[in-house]
Amino acid sequence: MQRQANYVAHAGESRRNLWSGRRGAADTMAALPRNLWNGRPDAADTTAALPRDPSDGRPDAADTTVHPARDLKGITVEAKRMQLLIRTSHPVQILAGEDLQKRNSLSVADAVRFFSGVQLKDYGGIGGLKTINVRSMGTNHTAVFYDDLQLGNAQNGQVDLGRFSLDNIDSISLYSGQQNNIFQPARGFSAASALYITSRQPGDSAYGNARIRTGSFGLINPSVRWQQKISKRIYGNVSAEYLHAHGRYRFRYTNGAYDTTAIRNNADVKAWRVEGGLKGYLKDSSNWTFKVYGYQSERGLPGAIVANHFEYSQRLWDRDLFAQAGYNKQFTRRYSMQARAKYTHLFTRYHDPEYQNEKGFLDNRYTQQEVYLSIANRYQIKDWWEAVLSMDFIANKLDANIYRFSYPVRYTTLVALASRIYSERFEMQGSLLGTMVDEYVRFYTGAGSKRELTPSFSASWQPFAEHHFRIRAFYKNIFRMPTFNDLYYTFIGNTSLRPEYTNQYNAGFSYAKPFRGRLQYIALQADAYYNNVKDKIVAVPAANLFRWTMMNLDKVVIKGVDVSLRAGMQPVDGVDVTLGVNYTFQEAQDQTPGGYNYGHQIPYTPRHSGSFTANASWRNWDLNYSFIYTGERYSQKTNILINYIEPWYTSDMSLSKRFSRYGITVEVNNLLNQYYDVILNFPMPGRHFRITGNISF
Amino acid sequence: MMNRIFILSCFVLLAACRKGVVIPRVESEMVRNFQHSAPPDGKVRGLYLLNEGNMNMNKASLDYLDLTTGRYDRRIFTAYNPEVTRGLGDVGNYIAIYGAKMYLVINNSNKVEVVDAHTVTRIRQINVNQCRYVDFYKDKAYITSNDGYVAVVDTATLEVEARIPTGRNPEQLIVAGNKLYVVNSGGYSPPNYEKTVSVINLDTQQEIRRIEAGINLHRMALDAYGDLYVTSRGDYYDVPSKIFVIDTHTDQLKQTLDIAASNLYIHNDLAYIYSVEWSYITGTNAISYTLLNVRDETVLDKSFITDGTEKQIKIPYGIAVDPETEDVFVTDAKDYVTPGTLHCYDKSGKRKWSVMTGDIPAHFAFLKTN
Repeated sequence: MQRQANYVAHAGESRRNLWSGRRGAADTMAALPRNLWNGRPDAADTTAALPRDPSDGRPDAADTTVHPARDLKGITVEAKRMQLLIRTSHPVQILAGEDLQKRNSLSVADAVRFFSGVQLKDYGGIGGLKTINVRSMGTNHTAVFYDDLQLGNAQNGQVDLGRFSLDNIDSISLYSGQQNNIFQPARGFSAASALYITSRQPGDSAYGNARIRTGSFGLINPSVRWQQKISKRIYGNVSAEYLHAHGRYRFRYTNGAYDTTAIRNNADVKAWRVEGGLKGYLKDSSNWTFKVYGYQSERGLPGAIVANHFEYSQRLWDRDLFAQAGYNKQFTRRYSMQARAKYTHLFTRYHDPEYQNEKGFLDNRYTQQEVYLSIANRYQIKDWWEAVLSMDFIANKLDANIYRFSYPVRYTTLVALASRIYSERFEMQGSLLGTMVDEYVRFYTGAGSKRELTPSFSASWQPFAEHHFRIRAFYKNIFRMPTFNDLYYTFIGNTSLRPEYTNQYNAGFSYAKPFRGRLQYIALQADAYYNNVKDKIVAVPAANLFRWTMMNLDKVVIKGVDVSLRAGMQPVDGVDVTLGVNYTFQEAQDQTPGGYNYGHQIPYTPRHSGSFTANASWRNWDLNYSFIYTGERYSQKTNILINYIEPWYTSDMSLSKRFSRYGITVEVNNLLNQYYDVILNFPMPGRHFRITGNISF
Repeated sequence: MMNRIFILSCFVLLAACRKGVVIPRVESEMVRNFQHSAPPDGKVRGLYLLNEGNMNMNKASLDYLDLTTGRYDRRIFTAYNPEVTRGLGDVGNYIAIYGAKMYLVINNSNKVEVVDAHTVTRIRQINVNQCRYVDFYKDKAYITSNDGYVAVVDTATLEVEARIPTGRNPEQLIVAGNKLYVVNSGGYSPPNYEKTVSVINLDTQQEIRRIEAGINLHRMALDAYGDLYVTSRGDYYDVPSKIFVIDTHTDQLKQTLDIAASNLYIHNDLAYIYSVEWSYITGTNAISYTLLNVRDETVLDKSFITDGTEKQIKIPYGIAVDPETEDVFVTDAKDYVTPGTLHCYDKSGKRKWSVMTGDIPAHFAFLKTN
């Protein structure tokens, strides 16, 4: 949806608008969170190892660095079974370091499938759009942060996680509610859930790594990264990657009477990524960071496989650029400050040669710019009490060469006041976010100004000193702004839209126990939650099938349970086995007053979903197996047979061997060659292979 | 070992959850409160209803109402033709019966399914890119393509024989005498809409003129006096929806009626008109129902729904009038992603019954005995 969705033009009179058509699907995808394993490489002691900040299971950026040199020596193998009791009051799930790299994942999108409470909306193939929906609140309610700063997309509010290769990623953390560390930009408080993607940080030693992946879909994916100390106080790293794939794969549909196998066409992708970072320390022990990121791609947009129409020719070009800088300083024992700035420039071109307008094709170009400034202040009132005041300013601008376009500019000011009290066994925090949005348009009508004030509270408590058992709860009230597409997309946008609100109530626990013997540890956590989404922005018919508009219409009530269990064992000397099980139950009901489908499960939201992972290590060998299950769902709002979508489940396996400076991994994905759709009529690949070789220098 | 057992049990458990392929079958129900007062020599046997289905969902479907018994069958095309890959397809745009054949125009599947009008078994598929509407003359079917032409199909061989160029994005077409009238919408290029109706001489298969009417033309209906009623959707901003009347004897624009119209159905001297007119200025739909006397182009002071039940229709999307009983069939497409409803009103405008349809019920064809 979504991609094509977003760019398919102001629908011609004679054609249903893909954007809104697909939008429905997107909006209603579901998901939930949590699974929290901290892959901190230097956590030496299962029981005592606490992150520096006892409330935060997620290590800060510096801590998450997997020092490549050590990585090389395999030290992280020991670290992987160091499971921490999750202490955060907000559920968090983390994939980091080696654990992340083992997940048969090409991109961040593949990796987030292992989080519970999450539905990955996947249009299939290497180039297909992949977005995350957490706890069924909708894709737009998850903010995605790259190196602590949000990837802004004011146009459609979504981030394609398929574009973030894992090559340069150190950790991925998903928080329900918000990050536990309140000393953060105000934007960190501004979403219903937050996905933090942390890239590898510059480190001490000079170190390089080159990798090449190849396999099914004509994949050729070389990458290289290098880090070194530049001067006494400055560290740098660079990373570059190229990805090329024809993207073709076999898919199959059958109803028992027909049985059709065909090749997915127009699924090719060609992409470049280059990024570089600097990190420096000043004499006064303050530090600074700087990062630039560039991504450029061209891809085909494979369309819906409908009767007699399997081939498409729409294309999409993207050019993403951002530069960001940060500065951290502790002024006194009690007062610290962070300042951040970021500039983002996103260019998109959508070309549809099948579009029957005067020119005989559609060629839409969109340019988005964002300027972001943030300052956060922390004051340590007592040893056990801190307060944070953060202020962010964001300017967004969208230009497009489409008919009757408004050319909107949005100025957002966020002010967050947060406070936290904490001790070894108890933590409580609250935050209040003020949002001030003002919008201006060059033509037609703007959406005007909005002022919102939203709170959040959370607490966690370890009732017994000697047991690693912790209970937690949070409440959060937050909203998402209508996107520029929602408001201004010609023939679809509706400038009278209000924000879409969510309320989240969550209660859960985490428990960890180390053992002596073959079974080394188990760790369990579970959360139950009740969410509601009101004034949900949905596409509704305007004049006819060719004309849709956006309205604040729906109400969704979500009740869910996420459970995750992890165990480490050594069944035989020298063989380490890690097992993980995630399970999610969700009842996400349409409770739109007077709606046609009151009480029905919202589209694309399975009641049951989960995953199982197993890893065995022996000397320099690693064997991984993962299984992902998504239960039955409905493709539309009405839960009737015609809208029923079968469950799907895939098994992936990989085998790796490390040599002193080399490594090789062979993967088989979708081992049982199951043909399935995540999104109706967008077939997923069957069995496919990848082989990866890497060398350190 | 333990994990191997675990893996194995996962397979077994979960494999059981996947139900596998489901061969399509008809879903039938008896319409509640069904009543039909056909004349003893009545020829109308039933009513086909083509549901469009939302784009990219591949959920176009064909329903059939047996007017002699009141049995309503859903999704009969896929049930009777299960071997057709991916079924009826994406966006059912039009349906028409000609002779013993029924033509189902499936827009985004770029095909016209030709089936036996009585058994609904497939005869042949005709490929026409972005096909929209069909009409017939002698042994030819004429199909508009949004690509800017009319495809000429031989009704015996069902092969496309020729293409007649039209204006941009042609929509409905109607045969009057030996002439074919095709509305040009230009709807893909706002604000440069087309404003004309193309007139094609069917003996020569040449376009002979274009009649200027209004922007963004869409539907048409012909009355018994040779007048063609053409609807314009307007631009959703300042130019409202209207009806243009063309005299097919002179090929002149005869009259412009300030009546908003999304669709119309002419039976005897009455045009049954509904309109869902969206305004981007107010952000609302204005819905109206109008009865027009086509003999003198006067608007009647009553509607074809008189019992107030039109308020229960969210988006009127299709209309047909039983030629024998004068019952009026109106569909409600609701929010386009929920199964719609077919309502039947008697000729005094009172609702007789309603039944659930597929997604976006839209286009009708009456099945008659010979």
